[in-house]
Amino acid sequence: MTAPLYIIDYGSGNLRSVQKAFERVGVQAEVGGDVAGIRDARGLVLPGVGAFGSAMEELERRGLAEVIRERVEAGVPFLGVCLGQQLLFESSEESPGVAGLGLLEGAVRLLPVQLKVPHIGWNTIEIAKASPVLEAIPNGSAFYFVHSFVVTPRRPGDVLTFTEYGVGFASGVERDNVVAFQFHPEKSSSLGLEIYRNFARNLC
Amino acid sequence: MHLIRVIPCLDVDKGRVVKGTNFVNLRDAGDPVELASRYDLEGADEVVFLDITASHENRDTIVELARRCAEELFIPFTIGGGIRNQGDVRALLNAGADKVSLNSAAIQNPEAVNECSRRYGSQCIVVAIDAKRITPRGEPPRWDVYLNGGRVNTGLDAVRWAREVVGRGAGEIMLTSMDRDGTKDGFDLELTRAVVEAVRVPVIASGGVGTLEHLAEGVLAGGADAVLAASIFHFGEYSIRQAKEFMAARGVPVRF
Repeated sequence: MTAPLYIIDYGSGNLRSVQKAFERVGVQAEVGGDVAGIRDARGLVLPGVGAFGSAMEELERRGLAEVIRERVEAGVPFLGVCLGQQLLFESSEESPGVAGLGLLEGAVRLLPVQLKVPHIGWNTIEIAKASPVLEAIPNGSAFYFVHSFVVTPRRPGDVLTFTEYGVGFASGVERDNVVAFQFHPEKSSSLGLEIYRNFARNLC
Repeated sequence: MHLIRVIPCLDVDKGRVVKGTNFVNLRDAGDPVELASRYDLEGADEVVFLDITASHENRDTIVELARRCAEELFIPFTIGGGIRNQGDVRALLNAGADKVSLNSAAIQNPEAVNECSRRYGSQCIVVAIDAKRITPRGEPPRWDVYLNGGRVNTGLDAVRWAREVVGRGAGEIMLTSMDRDGTKDGFDLELTRAVVEAVRVPVIASGGVGTLEHLAEGVLAGGADAVLAASIFHFGEYSIRQAKEFMAARGVPVRF
């Protein structure tokens, strides 16, 4: 039997904490990296740590990039986490010349260098627009961040949450069936689990 | 708003918490994972496990601890103590540890800091520095880096060593004053300030916390990005929540 949720594994490290976070809120999630798994899933999660370029290379090499685009365009709920948020965009300063998934318009840029980079730790979010995925999440809640790059969406309407770290950046984005966060819900204690619960609610 | 972290530290020997804890309603008060989950519920921002197991033959135990934490803990956790080489780092990160903390391994082989941060990213490589004041009171302070719980002086200047490891790719400094550790007299704030001003990565202040005032001072006077304490939390003197309420009243931005 196919699990309702498929966590896309392209060799980027330990995805068990993401899977366990979903289990904690009562959702069975399968971790895997094959085309059929993505095609059959009712919801997709793209986590990821590491560099933009090598992640895209792996997604392309394994034939996953194409099927991800196909399923997202077919309306399957999609959640990107950390690098998984950045990969949704067209390009990144981290890996010039590498095309991202391009599901959202805009680029990924390095945080301004006068700040401590990587940005590590807990930071608050300002909610820019209402969304079911943020149900029961109060404005100003704190989440756990570990990153050096940020997304800059070209369409202002895609911004779901803002975070201030010297500069304001889009810590969450959402358009139709696509939602993604720069922070790690699976490392953000009870409110992070709440986000996973909200996302999974759409699947059933 | 970027928030200041409050971090309880658990000493672990052969997979068990060694210092006594006063929590009630725990099925197993010696289980590091269960204690850490309790701290998560109380509002801890991160947990540090310090492996004090003497023998290296028990490395599998700490890797197993990392694996269980990755499954049951929904805040970041760091594992330090007893990490001797890059194989140890790899095993812990693969098991799901968010960060590892290097101490003597960095001193014995500074190149390991470069290699680990290049391979896994600075964000998961913490360097722990145990510093002891070597100048008498009244003189401009200097601190040396010590090993083996403060018994061996490496002769390295602590502030310069901090700068060096950050240059080599350390993403964070866990700074313990060996003069204050276990005294409950508060952080060595001059030491904290000196290291904070020398590096551009977060500094976790450690060693000496006996009151909630000490936690606030570490941030307000020391400039630390995070404060670490063990006994005041373990023995039930204060909860994480109380610590954060106190800090917030002093104007320190914390998460609730």
